[in-house]
Amino acid sequence: MNWHSWSDFLAMGGYALYVWGSYAVTLVVLIVEIVALVMRRRGVIERLAKFYAARRRNHETEA
Amino acid sequence: MIRALGWVLRRDLLLAFRRRGDVANALVFFVIVVSLFPLGVGPEASQLRNMAPGVLWVAALLACMLSLARLFAPDHQDGTLEQMLLAGEPLVVLVMGKVISHWLVSGLPLVLIAPLLGLQFDLPGDALAVLCVSLLIGTPVLSLIGAVAAALTLGVRGSGVLVALLVLPLYVPVLIFGAGSVGATAAGTGAEAHLLLLGGFLALALVLAPWASAAALRIAME
Amino acid sequence: MIKSERFSWFHFSSPQTFYPLAGTLQPWFAAAATLLCAAGLYLSFFVAPTDAQQGEAYRIIFIHVPAAWMSMFLYLVMGFWSGVGLVLNTRLSSMVATALAPTGALFTFIALWTGALWGKPTWGTWWVWDARLTSELILLFLYIGFMALQAAIDDPRRADKAGAVLALVGVINVPIIYYSVQWWSTLHQGASVSMKSAPSMATTMLIGMLIMALGFWMYSIAAVLARVRCVILERERHTEWVMEEVGGQA
Repeated sequence: MNWHSWSDFLAMGGYALYVWGSYAVTLVVLIVEIVALVMRRRGVIERLAKFYAARRRNHETEA
Repeated sequence: MIRALGWVLRRDLLLAFRRRGDVANALVFFVIVVSLFPLGVGPEASQLRNMAPGVLWVAALLACMLSLARLFAPDHQDGTLEQMLLAGEPLVVLVMGKVISHWLVSGLPLVLIAPLLGLQFDLPGDALAVLCVSLLIGTPVLSLIGAVAAALTLGVRGSGVLVALLVLPLYVPVLIFGAGSVGATAAGTGAEAHLLLLGGFLALALVLAPWASAAALRIAME
Repeated sequence: MIKSERFSWFHFSSPQTFYPLAGTLQPWFAAAATLLCAAGLYLSFFVAPTDAQQGEAYRIIFIHVPAAWMSMFLYLVMGFWSGVGLVLNTRLSSMVATALAPTGALFTFIALWTGALWGKPTWGTWWVWDARLTSELILLFLYIGFMALQAAIDDPRRADKAGAVLALVGVINVPIIYYSVQWWSTLHQGASVSMKSAPSMATTMLIGMLIMALGFWMYSIAAVLARVRCVILERERHTEWVMEEVGGQA
């Protein structure tokens, strides 16, 4: 095992800023991508539902 | 086919001649940008001498890029481009003619005026000569690559900046070896390798770029 | 062998058949990604030994190098599917290429960010003009250019094909750019500053990087499958099957 204690692990031999800055930003970026994808899918489905509803109304008024 | 090439060349050169102001813009831009750098970093000769190859090459690159707006867009707007697509001649030939005339009007003047600007930066004589040669080989490559980007963004809104975004990453190798050749001459090591590589880029671009531009034009116009 | 009565290789090349397949596969790739990344992280923190020269800072390579590999790999895949879409005139291939770009760009950003954070403690500056970082920067511009071009063109088929030409030109240029930048960086700095030379690669370090790379790969597939499903819904909204999928009625 590399680390003798939890605080050793967090301190990363003095390089905490760089190591955790890297890992944290990577995690944030990947999570943001996932969230954006979920929101995109929801947005698409909402917009399409409205699109179909409007189209149906159009057809009904025309008919 | 040669006749078609000659026709396109003559037409484009005539049109450029009629609008000399537009053409001169790129040249004036080149001169102004190059003159800005000493104003920005100070007149110290050794610093300017170090910067000169990069500054001159980047300014040439930007000037070439700005003039790409004149390559296909005017013909697209007045319908000539559609006629060119419908013509019996291979589109690659017509594109080649347009690129050659673009280079003659936008690239060659840069090559000719570069030595004067190089003097502003206190470049020695042999470096000035290599600068000319590197621009002579490199600016056609810039026109060729630029033609692909100009064709892809034909009629697209905001195409000016978009062309820059597309084309500048592709210009990087030409920049590296073009500026590198002048830097190598000034440093005393030879510039042959750089110039040979630039020549290689030119050969590659001559083969691939007109074909890619023609494909992009067809995509844009269908 | 292309077509048999029961199974055709081209069966999944239409958006309508690919959509449910993507939906089924996506959770599996997401799970694989989670497992592999967890294993990779465990290796990178608890198994790989401390480096003598760089201390703990070197652990950043477990993200930096796999992210850089992914950024280049995804660009090639994007170019491939773009090209297929251009040549065979298939819509789905182009949609996959469009879906690949944002993930590729994000990995490029991660590679650049982690590269900067690795460079600071190791070589003293936040930005190191070494061959890989500079090439990654240009690769980011290539990705952004592709996305910007497709965003600027309204007609989706024209956007597909124009993007394909750009991506293929980019694919040809990436090795040229990489070797030009590599030459440029050795000339100006000498081989001393090279992020490729992680300290003598212990086997555990290499395995850790490979596992993280595989994890990123699985993640990319999952993300791209999710994104292409959105693209399919948007592009195919005039079809009957999308309407039923979304729950609308005629």
